Amino acid sequence: MQTRRAALKQGLAAAGVAGAGGLFAAAPAHAFNKSAFQATSVQDAVKALGGSGALAESKDVSLQGPEIAENGAVVPLVGASPLPGIKLLAFMVEKNPNTLSAAFHVTDAVEANFSTRVKMAETSPVYAVAIAADGKAYFAKKEIKVTLGGCGG
Amino acid sequence: MAEPMRIRAQVQGSGAVVRVLMNHEMETGQRKDPNGRTIPAWHITDVTATLNGKTVLTAEWGPAVSRNPFLQFTLKNAKAGDKVAISWKDTRGDTRTDEATVA
Repeated sequence: MQTRRAALKQGLAAAGVAGAGGLFAAAPAHAFNKSAFQATSVQDAVKALGGSGALAESKDVSLQGPEIAENGAVVPLVGASPLPGIKLLAFMVEKNPNTLSAAFHVTDAVEANFSTRVKMAETSPVYAVAIAADGKAYFAKKEIKVTLGGCGG
Repeated sequence: MAEPMRIRAQVQGSGAVVRVLMNHEMETGQRKDPNGRTIPAWHITDVTATLNGKTVLTAEWGPAVSRNPFLQFTLKNAKAGDKVAISWKDTRGDTRTDEATVA
């Protein structure tokens, strides 16, 4: 015999599965943006991510990383911007086969401050690009030297 | 199926710092195997973070994110006991979701 409690539990479990499945379906606007990741210049990548107008270097965007990365496969980066209305923060490595490494869609619930690790093929300028809701793009740039490339060959 | 993620969410001020360590090969599609054939790309493309079931962050990742990716972000309003869930999807269509409690 199935008790009411057991039936409720089953129902909840089913709802949980449906909820997890819907996680990505619920946010189709931010699905993987293939053209942005195929861009080979900072300008093109910003355009593909929805930035309009010129890129401007800004003191309100910060990028932290090592001066010299001994291992190009693991380069820790921290990008942040205290500017209001930032909707996207992206890491770009100019001389990688594809410029864009990662893009973060910022909501009101999180700060525009992200850390991650990226691969670098060779010594290159690295950009943290913040795109505001009005499409303006601000960036911070840092040259990171790589002694051993991270893309393998 | 992929290995579980390690998620730590710690209260800091009125918010919380979330650190995530994922288990993934993140193959770039640039490398070649010993026979000269290109190893196909296999990497995480979409990352979603939710706080108590509400989406707070989505990210798109390319193959240039390091193997076994690390991610840190800051929630503006979170308190101890809140549930943070992280999901990812890779180029093979695999997904994984793990949850942690803010402490």
